[in-house]
Amino acid sequence: MLSALLVMIGLALVLGAVLGYSSIRFKVDGDPLVDKIDAILPQTQCGQCGYPGCKPYATAIANGEADINQCPPGGEAGMRALADLLGVEPKPLNAEHGVPKPKSVAVIAESLCIGCTLCIQACPVDAILGAAKHMHTVIASECTGCELCVAPCPVDCITMEPIPEKVANWKWRYPVIELKQVT
Amino acid sequence: MISKLFKFHGGVHPPEHKLESTRRPIRNLPIPEMLVLPLRQHVGNLPKIRVQAGDHVLKGQLLAEAEGSVSAAVHAPTSGTVVSIEEQLIPHPSGLPDISIAMRPDGEDRWIALEKTDWRHRDRAEMVASLRESGIVGMGGAAFPTQIKLRPSGKSSVRTLIINGAECEPYITCDDLLMRERAEEIVKGIEIAHYLLGPENCLIGIEDNKPEAARVMREACARSSVKIDVAIVPTLYPSGDARRLIGLLTGIEVPSDKRSTDVGLQVFNVATMAAVYRYFEHGEPVVSRLVTVTGNVKDPGNFDVLLGTPMSALLQAADGVLPDTDALIMGGPMMGFRLPSREVPVIKATNCIIASSPRLFPPQPPALPCIRCARCAEACPVDLQPQELYWFAKSKNLEKARDYQLFDCIECGCCSYVCPSRIPLVEFYRYAKSEILAQDKAKEAASLARERNDFRLARIEREKQERAAKHAQKAAGAKTEAGIDDAKKAAIAAALERAKAQKAEVVPQNTDDLSSTVLAEIADTDARRAAAANTQEN
Repeated sequence: MLSALLVMIGLALVLGAVLGYSSIRFKVDGDPLVDKIDAILPQTQCGQCGYPGCKPYATAIANGEADINQCPPGGEAGMRALADLLGVEPKPLNAEHGVPKPKSVAVIAESLCIGCTLCIQACPVDAILGAAKHMHTVIASECTGCELCVAPCPVDCITMEPIPEKVANWKWRYPVIELKQVT
Repeated sequence: MISKLFKFHGGVHPPEHKLESTRRPIRNLPIPEMLVLPLRQHVGNLPKIRVQAGDHVLKGQLLAEAEGSVSAAVHAPTSGTVVSIEEQLIPHPSGLPDISIAMRPDGEDRWIALEKTDWRHRDRAEMVASLRESGIVGMGGAAFPTQIKLRPSGKSSVRTLIINGAECEPYITCDDLLMRERAEEIVKGIEIAHYLLGPENCLIGIEDNKPEAARVMREACARSSVKIDVAIVPTLYPSGDARRLIGLLTGIEVPSDKRSTDVGLQVFNVATMAAVYRYFEHGEPVVSRLVTVTGNVKDPGNFDVLLGTPMSALLQAADGVLPDTDALIMGGPMMGFRLPSREVPVIKATNCIIASSPRLFPPQPPALPCIRCARCAEACPVDLQPQELYWFAKSKNLEKARDYQLFDCIECGCCSYVCPSRIPLVEFYRYAKSEILAQDKAKEAASLARERNDFRLARIEREKQERAAKHAQKAAGAKTEAGIDDAKKAAIAAALERAKAQKAEVVPQNTDDLSSTVLAEIADTDARRAAAANTQEN
């Protein structure tokens, strides 16, 4: 009786020590779920979800404060990936947060630009180049198409232009096939 | 002699239709009025343009040079003038225009000074490097730049060199005719590849529906200084796929995540070998190729065509199309695609042009639902599960499709061919593949954007801290200034004290040294002034 008790206590102590040690030794910094969600989000940093960027939205989803259908740039595929990751039912995108648009880049009409730097301050990925009282320009390859630079421009010289389809970025279409009608 | 042939899984045997275009020898095409050379004729980066509109160029002159490691040069197919460099329709399934060089031939067909190579006494690495300027790509249709496949890794790991003369797809006969008429060129090209790679053995795989080509190749190989075996493989589509041919000839299954060179094998098309020979022996870059023109044309056959020749000129050479022709297909009926126009040019990957008609390729009746009969799985030469892939692609479950090895699919079309429900399966796989690739690209862009955003946030934070630090410093500075003020104040106070003290001291007045009478007068005057003031007050 006593020996059994001692064995159990001994085991509990040993295992407790192992668990205690490993909880310190293998401590995970940050929330891995947030990073996983953040990896799925499109990183446009557009704020259409109602959060000031993709990471804050990812944090909100991880905390259960936000829904998975608030990211229009991620589109249906992004929402599905989130549903898959979190083990919840996919749901249609919430139109309140906007609708998916074709991928675009910002273009500055350089003859109109007055060099106010407001767009530079708005750009979340530093994709606009310029200086005060000098013309600005968008680095197209870095532009995420978030549209955040459009509103601050005092002379409305920024437009969003959809990326045209070229041979290099052309995709095969989803096949539309005629099914035989069964009467 | 090869002792044993192996088998690969699946495969189909569609009607061959090869005899139509093999009745006549290779014909030459007159130089057309205009040549259009798309820069995108190969897998990899676009080459860099080296000419301007208006330049006169000679045959074989470099128009665009290879850019980056995976790229191929483009040369002038004949002498003439560069007319324009702009977007034009190219033979591509998208039907979209792409940047092309248009040139007007001057009819002289004058070669640039060609540099012949005594390749047997030349450094191998130097030879492979010079291939970058040859413009040679895989001529079987894949159009992968050849210099990469011939790169001798010093310890050349290639043990078996396989030459692909299988030409398994129906209708196409350009390799067949090439082997029949230009076997010497192919064999000499193989000798060069053999010199560069140093394999232990060398095999040519030819399907048994080309006995004439096999006989000629055997004879040519017998005359060669290198031991080359000609292996006859059974006619079964798609035995001409590189990995299938490897399996047939060696029994080795190349792992899906490895290249054939990783297991000591390298495969070249016969036409590529002929191009390698022409480049090293005569110094000629790729300016022409053999093209089969068949299907709904009056006089089908094979033509030696300058690159950039419009398809319409080819059809004309084949005596024109029959009236019910509804489209042109580039490549074979299994893997080819419809051309957007009859004016698109011949490129390095153009092995065959089929004029299609409802008679040759009757329109498919409406598809029926998939009944999961798994006939596609039986036919799949890659041993995939086409019915599952179809399921996942159709429901846009792309990750799952990738898990089921979608990217091992060679789009050979065997599954669509055997499907009793007539579902265009390959179209679904192509869709899923390009969608996955686009998503991967978007993910890459997203991670770049994340990095830039993180950097920006960190920078803003840093600037904030720097500003705060600056303010703190300023505040501290103000305090020390206050200290200085105190000292000043003290100094001022001290000065005032001193002034007061001075004031307190006896101040000499201007009345001090006056005579007594004047003083009495002053006193008198003061007394009167005081009296007057008193009377005024009262």
